[in-house]
Amino acid sequence: MSVPRYWREEKYRYRLIGSRCSKCGEIFFPRRLVCSKCRSRQLRDYKLSEKGRIVSWTIIRNPPKEYEKYAPYAVGLIELDDGLKIISQLVDLEPEEIKTGMRVEATFRKIREEGSSGIIEYGYKFRPVIE
Amino acid sequence: MNLSRDVALIGAGMTRFHNKIHADKTSREIFLEATLEAINSVDKNFEFKDIEALFLGTFSGDSFENQAHMAALMADWLGINPKPAIRIEDACASSGVAISMGAMAIASGLYDIVMVGGVEKMTSLDTNKVTDTLAMAADNLFEVSAGFTFPGLYASIATAHFAKHGSRWDQLAAVSIKNHYNGSLNPKAHFQTSVLDVAKKMGESRGLTFKDEMEFLRSPLNPVVAYPLRLFDCCPISDGAAVVILAEAKKAKRFTDTPIFLKGLGQASDTMCLSNREDLTSLKGTKIAAQQAYKMAGVKPKDIDLAVVHDCFTIAEILATEDLGFFPKGEGGVAAEEGRTAINGDKPVNPDGGLKAKGHPVGATGAAMAYEMFKQLRGEAGKHQIADAEIGLSHNVGASGATVTVQIYGK
Ligand SMILES: [Zn+2]
Repeated sequence: MSVPRYWREEKYRYRLIGSRCSKCGEIFFPRRLVCSKCRSRQLRDYKLSEKGRIVSWTIIRNPPKEYEKYAPYAVGLIELDDGLKIISQLVDLEPEEIKTGMRVEATFRKIREEGSSGIIEYGYKFRPVIE
Repeated sequence: MNLSRDVALIGAGMTRFHNKIHADKTSREIFLEATLEAINSVDKNFEFKDIEALFLGTFSGDSFENQAHMAALMADWLGINPKPAIRIEDACASSGVAISMGAMAIASGLYDIVMVGGVEKMTSLDTNKVTDTLAMAADNLFEVSAGFTFPGLYASIATAHFAKHGSRWDQLAAVSIKNHYNGSLNPKAHFQTSVLDVAKKMGESRGLTFKDEMEFLRSPLNPVVAYPLRLFDCCPISDGAAVVILAEAKKAKRFTDTPIFLKGLGQASDTMCLSNREDLTSLKGTKIAAQQAYKMAGVKPKDIDLAVVHDCFTIAEILATEDLGFFPKGEGGVAAEEGRTAINGDKPVNPDGGLKAKGHPVGATGAAMAYEMFKQLRGEAGKHQIADAEIGLSHNVGASGATVTVQIYGK
């Protein structure tokens, strides 16, 4: 991803911000410019819930090149408490512990380094909720 | 919806799909090989100059071979200039979509005879770079950036299917065993060895014996790629090409007494990100594309004599057999385990070995499915022939389901 492009996305990635349709109330992540439910263009930023549960998961053992040094790592689909699903890495847990239905929360982490001259990307990952 | 003119297949050809035998060739040589076989397969009177347009499905010559503008290149290479040549890129569904586009061009009255094909030369890159290139077909900003890969996306579909419908890895293994067996009957397949024979061979060289396929598939010789998917749950990286010749139905009679007719077609799109789907255990695009195709053809799932479905991963075949209406949701795995989808089962699926054993040169897969339909419905499929096949269905998926195309063929 280019540096300007990354800066533009920063707010959404750092703070888990999606969109909410002012007309029909549907929420989206990633953010959208047109509501795919009612086609309205009146979308406003919407702060997503930072907690949810795992609906599916896997362990990546053959990663994309930029993620080689992190492998193996867990990834999953998380249904947030406001009903939206989000795709993310799962951290601070052992593969054997992962179960569908497990409660998790967002945490701010390093995502990847884009080579020697590139920027370091940060963003959200999800970790187990300790209750 | 209906096509305003009927469309028939009058010829088909394909190369063997493989990771080594095409090593010294580029897409052009591979595509020419399939084209010549397709032209020779036409029963009578066919010549190169009869082709009025070329529709080419190809995913990423841009990245695999540093070569874009592939359709024009192939037209030049085949010597059919100045006939129009159109490239279609819809990830792994590129040539499935190309067939629909070719059929629509004939139905519109613009052309009477078109060539539709697909090609991909993947092995010029190493496996890591192939993985990265394939990942271009997923959402780069939100899936790939989370560290997802294609096996990863289908693996999470599998864990969701396990959790919701109680399916098990043994059922995925049953799909793999079946498709490898079918591949052993197909001279065009990448892998032509049953899992049992692979187990014997790999075991011998390591001083190991396995009592059956399952013991081998559970062993470290079948490593986990992305839980629960192991190596034998994933299709290989292959090179290859496939070509079919479509003709307006009345014109088709000039070239053959036994054309195969395209009876129905359907296509749908869905969200790129898996996370934006309501249900992970189903491809909505498959259901919608299938409904359209069934309706146009005037048939029901029970009427389908054989199907070739997009099993890029074993879980994908289970999803497909459910979403196409062959089995109720959640029972695709059981059906595979019970042998219902075997070559001699009541609903044969992927008798050619599927993507799993036949191979998956991305852009060539949809056209190779049409090739299989042509051979099966004419009774020319050889050792993997389904007896008395009258109606066949093909199902081609782009990436994790953002594009799906379904075609139904009959005599
Ligand atoms: Zn709306």
